[in-house]
Amino acid sequence: MTTISRPAERSQLYLTKITTRDLNVWYGEKQALFSVNLDIERNRVTSLIGPSGCGKSTYLRCLNRMNDVIEGCRVEGKIALDGDDVHGEDVDPVQLRARVGMVFQKPNPFPKSVWENVAYGPRIHGLATGRAELDEIVTTSLERAGLFAEVKDRLDDPGTGLSGGQQQRLCIARAIAVQPDVILMDEPCSALDPIATARIEELMEELRARYTIVIVTHSMQQAARVSQRTAFFHLGAVVEEGETGKLFTDPREERTRDYITGRFG
Amino acid sequence: MTSGGVHSGEAARRRLRKRHAAERRFRLYGLAAIGLALGALVTLLGTVVVRGLPAFFGYEVTLDLHLDAARLDPQGGRRPGDLGRGDYGRVVKDALRALFPEVKGRRERRRLHALVSSGAAFDLRERVLAEPDLVGSTIALAVPLSDDADLFFKGGVDAEAAEADRRLSDAQITWLRALQSEGRVARRFWTRFFRAGDSREPELAGIWGALVGSLWTLGVTLLLSFPLGVAAAVYLEEFAPKGRLTDFIEVNINNLAAVPSIVFGLLGLAVFLNLSGLPRSAPLVGGLVLALMTLPTVIIASRSSIMAVPPGIREAAMGIGASPIQVVGHHVLPLALPGILTGTILGMARALGETAPLLMIGMVAFIVDVPTGPTAPATVLPVQVYLWADSPERAFVAKTSGAILVLLAFLVAMNLAAVLLRSRFERRW
Ligand SMILES: Nc1ncnc2c1ncn2[C@@H]1O[C@H](COP(=O)(O)OP(=O)(O)OP(=O)(O)O)[C@@H](O)[C@H]1O
Ligand SMILES: [Mg+2]
Repeated sequence: MTTISRPAERSQLYLTKITTRDLNVWYGEKQALFSVNLDIERNRVTSLIGPSGCGKSTYLRCLNRMNDVIEGCRVEGKIALDGDDVHGEDVDPVQLRARVGMVFQKPNPFPKSVWENVAYGPRIHGLATGRAELDEIVTTSLERAGLFAEVKDRLDDPGTGLSGGQQQRLCIARAIAVQPDVILMDEPCSALDPIATARIEELMEELRARYTIVIVTHSMQQAARVSQRTAFFHLGAVVEEGETGKLFTDPREERTRDYITGRFG
Repeated sequence: MTSGGVHSGEAARRRLRKRHAAERRFRLYGLAAIGLALGALVTLLGTVVVRGLPAFFGYEVTLDLHLDAARLDPQGGRRPGDLGRGDYGRVVKDALRALFPEVKGRRERRRLHALVSSGAAFDLRERVLAEPDLVGSTIALAVPLSDDADLFFKGGVDAEAAEADRRLSDAQITWLRALQSEGRVARRFWTRFFRAGDSREPELAGIWGALVGSLWTLGVTLLLSFPLGVAAAVYLEEFAPKGRLTDFIEVNINNLAAVPSIVFGLLGLAVFLNLSGLPRSAPLVGGLVLALMTLPTVIIASRSSIMAVPPGIREAAMGIGASPIQVVGHHVLPLALPGILTGTILGMARALGETAPLLMIGMVAFIVDVPTGPTAPATVLPVQVYLWADSPERAFVAKTSGAILVLLAFLVAMNLAAVLLRSRFERRW
């Protein structure tokens, strides 16, 4: 971990990146989130835990407005990214998703080459002029995702031909290639073996120096290992949130304690 | 395994034998079905090939034609206008008569002339117009025999039958044999069949006109139904709000795919010809009608292959900030394209073989000229097959099968193009 010396940097580091106020989400008639209030802090990893169906993915998908495209999904409440309402009239969801990247539960590389996978985002956002600059972005993104050494000789091979863990890191490289502020990860390790998982957890630790990370996980250990803050969801509401160490050792709520000790799920 | 279990012992073995027997039976049924289908296909193709091959060959007779300047160019200027009006038929007849000077009397001479196709005069004129200097000299030119004479050399005339029962008289047969023994008759690959448009004379009739007509018609069909169909499918799958209206549209598209094709012909007659005043017998109108017919097929195939694109790909693209159009254009369509192409080619194949709707808009007319554009009068391959099958001349039997062979070759070429395109677009991973 980087040690923080200067006060200016410190205040910058713990600034709130995303604020959520009174967020309600419906899928048709069914309400999935109930008045969620949650702050996501800059350059830290926040993990969302909770039993299946409690609305973690729904909340995550609100942050980059991926719910917009779901038929019948209605979102009410305020989400602000750096103080600006993401539902504001002048906010283009497409642009928002460039700032708030996402890594999905199942690795989903495009059926194109490794290079194309990473270069696609910068290209559509016009972040590079010319092939050389793109090459540069691809290389650094793959390096930051800890994948470059493994794929540097097979950049033209299909991304779908990599192993599961490599594919997930490719997806992370693809997400960071567009230089987002925030990376959302929805159970990024659930399809991976322990070694690949450890690799990605290390990666998150490195990445949080530059990005704000929100991760959904079912593994309490993983949440404890990778995150500085944790929010516990239950039945569509945030039951408790706080510093990870505190929440896992000394939770305020009964339900939180039951969940993290495995007494219900 | 315990000896007392339900999965061992005599009863279990009997059940197993029964299951295996059922599986074997099922495989046999499948093999029998495939065998039957293959047998039918081979019989069909075999018949068409055996019947159609003679259409690709024909007999020509070489005549010594004296290009009499008095007959061909009375003005003597060798101008194309004058040369074009020359009496070439006379020259051909003279050449025949010179070969058989003993033939006297109008009727006998008429019979002699009937051995050579009326196309001989046209061939000769073409030759002279190309080389005006030939006038005055004598040239040897191979000209087509008439359909009856051609049939005689192909073995289609029974010389033993009573004279009244055949299309050639005894005298005509004698002349033909004489021509053959002089070495003037030769069997040729009948390029005319692939070069010419339709004709009342079987030996002059060709498939090229109908082939070009089919090309224009299908071109119009493809140009309309492919982009429209894909656009409609993309909109319905990716952008349209789900609801009553979308469901209604979907049901109607499915229904349209099942509408008998002649109904589309009637629609074309009412809308394109009577209302819009587009030309009759034109590939443009035929293409429009067939596009209407093909559109539902393309839409349905495109929708199902768009639907089959993994949702993860869409999410991935959206997640890094691709706009809806970019998601579709960069990811969904390329992945769906092989399926879309398959559907399109199925629709086009059906359109290629379609006759009924084209009859309604006048593409059944007898058209000699090879169509020069989408608005020129034209016919198409299946209509040509129908027209020839309907003709009384015996030589058209072979032409009909020959036309079917060309139609099948067209179809195979189309499918091959589709396979090539598909393999180009198909992801190797
Ligand atoms: N597209 C959708 N349409 C309708 N209902 C949905 C949709 N997506 C989620 N839901 C419902 O919303 C609720 C919350 O779902 P969500 O996916 O957010 O849960 P989750 O916490 O991510 O669960 P898991 O841990 O299993 O991924 C669930 O009851 C689910 O059935
Ligand atoms: Mg989830």
